Amino acid sequence: MATAVLTTLDPRSRAASRGMSDIAIRNLFIIPTIVFLIVFNIFPLLYSLGYSFTDFRASSSAPANFVGLQNYRDLLADPFIWNNFTITAKYVIVSVVGQVVVGFGVALLLNRDIPFKGLLTTLLLLPMMLSMAVVGLFWKLLYDPSFGIINYAFGLGTFEWLSNPDMALYAVALTDIWMWSPFVMLLSLAGLSAVPKHLYEAAAIDRAGSLYTFFRITLPLVAPILMIAIIFRTMEAFKTFDLAYILTSQPTTEVISIRLYKMAFQEWQTGMSCALAYIVLIMVLAITNIYVKYLNKVKER
Amino acid sequence: MAAVRTSGERTTNRLAIVLVLIITMIFLAPIYWIASTAFKPRNLATTIPPTIVFTPEISPFVKLFTKRSQLRAPPTQEEYEAAPWWERLVFDGGEKVVRSGRGEVQLSGYPSRFMNSLIVAITSTVLAVGMGTFTAYGFSRFKVKGEQDLLFFILSTRMLPPVVVAIPMFLMYRAVGLNDTHWGLIILYTAFNLSFAVWLMKGFIDEIPKEYEEAALVDGYTRMQAFFKIVLPEAATGIAATAVFCFITAWNEYAFALIMTNRRAQTAPPFIPSQVGSGLPDWTVIASGTLLFLLPVAIFTFLLRNHLLRGMSFGAIRK
Repeated sequence: MATAVLTTLDPRSRAASRGMSDIAIRNLFIIPTIVFLIVFNIFPLLYSLGYSFTDFRASSSAPANFVGLQNYRDLLADPFIWNNFTITAKYVIVSVVGQVVVGFGVALLLNRDIPFKGLLTTLLLLPMMLSMAVVGLFWKLLYDPSFGIINYAFGLGTFEWLSNPDMALYAVALTDIWMWSPFVMLLSLAGLSAVPKHLYEAAAIDRAGSLYTFFRITLPLVAPILMIAIIFRTMEAFKTFDLAYILTSQPTTEVISIRLYKMAFQEWQTGMSCALAYIVLIMVLAITNIYVKYLNKVKER
Repeated sequence: MAAVRTSGERTTNRLAIVLVLIITMIFLAPIYWIASTAFKPRNLATTIPPTIVFTPEISPFVKLFTKRSQLRAPPTQEEYEAAPWWERLVFDGGEKVVRSGRGEVQLSGYPSRFMNSLIVAITSTVLAVGMGTFTAYGFSRFKVKGEQDLLFFILSTRMLPPVVVAIPMFLMYRAVGLNDTHWGLIILYTAFNLSFAVWLMKGFIDEIPKEYEEAALVDGYTRMQAFFKIVLPEAATGIAATAVFCFITAWNEYAFALIMTNRRAQTAPPFIPSQVGSGLPDWTVIASGTLLFLLPVAIFTFLLRNHLLRGMSFGAIRK
């Protein structure tokens, strides 16, 4: 099987018989990684699948009792959990839409001959490389109602960003937009620079309006790459924990990851939290599946 | 192109450049603000209106690395003169403080957290990139049954939410005593980065022509020798870029570190926010700790600038 790749080499030749066989090398190179990932990712998940059917609490020494699907039934019937999902959905929509608007907008502006374009792009990309936890921390300083630079710069007086329950989620989303618009910008720029120039020239000859050119040429050609950015950011925003956890402790910003964290490590409802983890896991895997399909699509182009 | 440009287009172009400059400034303002706060005297950090012009000083960094308790009164003349130079900087900043303990300088919690971050990030990067490069070569050069499914499996382990994986890992680590140890975190970060390294390295190795190794095989190299002497040197840039990405991911990681460590093996991301605590935080110290922590990543971002797109798309989009 592996020797088929080496069409130039006869499997019985001297060269092929020296050292280890290709199949042995392939197995030596691939199997340790697969085993490592199974042991440290899949095995723990099976372990928690087992616990999700029990009333186990890691904080007590009481033995776990099998409760069947009770945890799942309770969770899906719990209006508070649905509220956490609603908050998460709201957060995902606001922050991903914001990132696409800002990121794609900046990419459109940057997609021309600009002096120091490389340097400007790199500087713009800096926020997404930083630690979310630390970014959350210093945005707390920026958002401070009395001495924060944001209120001062925009003349907002003592506007409460984080302690106002109605505003806090948007403040978290705004920080996320600051951090991750550069990601959308980076991918959009790649898409924009791949649009063939002659299409624009043809459109100019036909005296097509700029709006027409944008909607009929630019957007359709950038769409697949933009889609990758959107799905990836949706997935990441859905999982968000660090930023929201550090920035505020408002109940209105309790996204599903935070609920899960509290359930598992503060309330110690281990069995219940394993069940919730599985509900979240299935959702993430579904989005991952779509994401990988798009990745392969763009790769084939 | 430029010759056929109308004056209207040139105006749009200029407008775009001005807009881009303004947007870049807005994007960098938060980073500038934290960097400038790191050099402010404490009494200027939280003024209204914010202080923009000031004489920079390094006392926040002194306070970051050392531990002291607060006094009610400023130091006496003798105390001031007996103090080492860095302590005088702290006194000069208007702090009414003494060192805790009996005159000995005590290190704060920061240096050890910074070291923990370095140990965990570097070790896990070496492991992930090492294993990832071998595996990527395996997938790139040999036929593997169910290759697409295996690659999806590998990537999906990277996409799992940290909190979801952390619950069973916490229980397992508790059972075997890996909680709050370097190795506990190293294993988690290696698993997390390994899948990323495989995907990214596969893209880099796919680009190295197969003919190079085939020529080497004909010349009498074994497959292993061809891999080490031909493929690895060719893939050096890719390995370096992958390593930097893995390092940054491990360096920045928060959720696992928060759950799995609390003191001995705690890394900087959960430690820095915990300094805020209750009462009035000293933002200059937090800012200096943040700045030191962000600096390696900022430098790496510049070194990586030509590979960012590739890294962020798991090797799918190349430039």
